[in-house]
Amino acid sequence: MSKNIKHDFVEKRVGWLAIFATIAISIGGLVEITPLIFQDQTNEPVVGLTPYTALELEGRDIYIREGCNNCHSQMIRPFRAETERYGHYSLAGEHVWEHPFLWGSKRTGPDLARVGGRYSDEWHYVHLMDPRDVVPESNMPGYPWLAENKLDGEYTAKKMEVFQFYGVPYTEEDIAGAKEAVAGKTEMEALIAYLQSLGTSLQQQAN
Amino acid sequence: MSSFWSAWIIVLTLAFLVGIIWLLRWTMTNFTGIKEGELMDHEFDGIVEINNPLPRWWMILFWVTIVWGLIYLALYPGLGNFQGLLGWKSSNQDVQSIEESRAATEEAREAGLIVQYDREMRAAEERFGPIFEAYAKQPIKELAQNPDATEIGKRLFLQNCAQCHGSNAMGGKGFPNLTDDAWLYGGSPEAIKTSLLEGRQGQMPSFSGQFNEQQITELATYVLSLSGRKVDPELAQAGKQNYAVCAACHGQDGKGNQQLGAPNLTDNVWLYGGSQDAIEETLKNGRRGVMPAWEDILGEDKIHVISAYVYGLSND
Repeated sequence: MSKNIKHDFVEKRVGWLAIFATIAISIGGLVEITPLIFQDQTNEPVVGLTPYTALELEGRDIYIREGCNNCHSQMIRPFRAETERYGHYSLAGEHVWEHPFLWGSKRTGPDLARVGGRYSDEWHYVHLMDPRDVVPESNMPGYPWLAENKLDGEYTAKKMEVFQFYGVPYTEEDIAGAKEAVAGKTEMEALIAYLQSLGTSLQQQAN
Repeated sequence: MSSFWSAWIIVLTLAFLVGIIWLLRWTMTNFTGIKEGELMDHEFDGIVEINNPLPRWWMILFWVTIVWGLIYLALYPGLGNFQGLLGWKSSNQDVQSIEESRAATEEAREAGLIVQYDREMRAAEERFGPIFEAYAKQPIKELAQNPDATEIGKRLFLQNCAQCHGSNAMGGKGFPNLTDDAWLYGGSPEAIKTSLLEGRQGQMPSFSGQFNEQQITELATYVLSLSGRKVDPELAQAGKQNYAVCAACHGQDGKGNQQLGAPNLTDNVWLYGGSQDAIEETLKNGRRGVMPAWEDILGEDKIHVISAYVYGLSND
């Protein structure tokens, strides 16, 4: 047997094969991901962006808990067919304080990136209780328990502290008043407050 | 992007390309000392390996992808801050407000850059802009007679308004029926357009602090009598005593006030239900019907066309 078959080395040592494969793949990440972490475009908030209020923040967690993001994206792509329906395409600067972001990629229902202000609170309430009361064609499930479940706000301040650690500009005042702002409100109120906030920083300047 | 990160991307990308070219050539070199087509010196269970090169088409695919990559990086943005020879990009992502977005669109147009999204929008504007512009000059009443315009209006309605008012425009509890003659804020073309542009805020207050249960029952009974319903005359008469409070908005005769969005109580059209219970609930809790403002979302030209469609629903 010839001694010159050097690729024997990786073919017979799976550990080294894994290491070389990782190096090869991570070059893609180094080039495509690392620079994004240090760019203004992805770190600077858009004009007028405000952090979620305590109630909106709790609403966001309910949105995640109920799996809304499984059917609703929050990412308007730069195509006319999308911007005519949903408004200005989404910008990275609108999502700098999202941990994690809820862009999604599946739209069983419509995109919600700019749903804020589109419908009244009353509409959202009726629609979340039973979507078919207002949209007979809808196949979205109802979420009536949200109107019964009350928030106690026990962890709201803690959550805000964590986001503060990630760089969301919550003030000490925000955090101190968090529990009070949330306690006793229904999950429904929180979710509606969250939905009404979506995409509004940019939308208010549209057209 | 700072020049450091731009250089980071360029150097790593090009170095990687050079690296795979080297790797490809290295693996093509015969280091074994065995001629092509001859047996390699090993076997397993009678299976032997022959020193064959990779199939030619396979090798060519490798080279093609490398050349493709280089051409792509030359034409399109990919190498750090280098914008590519074509001057193409999908959209202006580097903006932080609507104003900046508009300015970037202008700048790109003047610089002759191809922004795919802007180009798509411009093509649509050239095609559809004149149509909306012509419609914008026509009075809504006239436009409501134009089947092309109402067809466009209908599509915009289904897209943006049907969620509350229903795809048949007949509304539902809390969301007005647009096909009848009862209008909270007026059914004139101008009033409809104003509702769409600026939105409306209903303000039926709660009277549970002012009146007790009995008085609310009496008031609701009197309100029912206004639209000719059969009610207990004594209760109604008692309710009438307190009606002056309601008359401030709904009028002494109960015919409402479109300036305030106070509904007509005599036409037997009920936004929140016309049962004794529903009216008592309205009196106790108040109602806050909200029509959102659409000017910022749709723009005036589209709203003009939607107004014509809505006007046409009850004015054939």
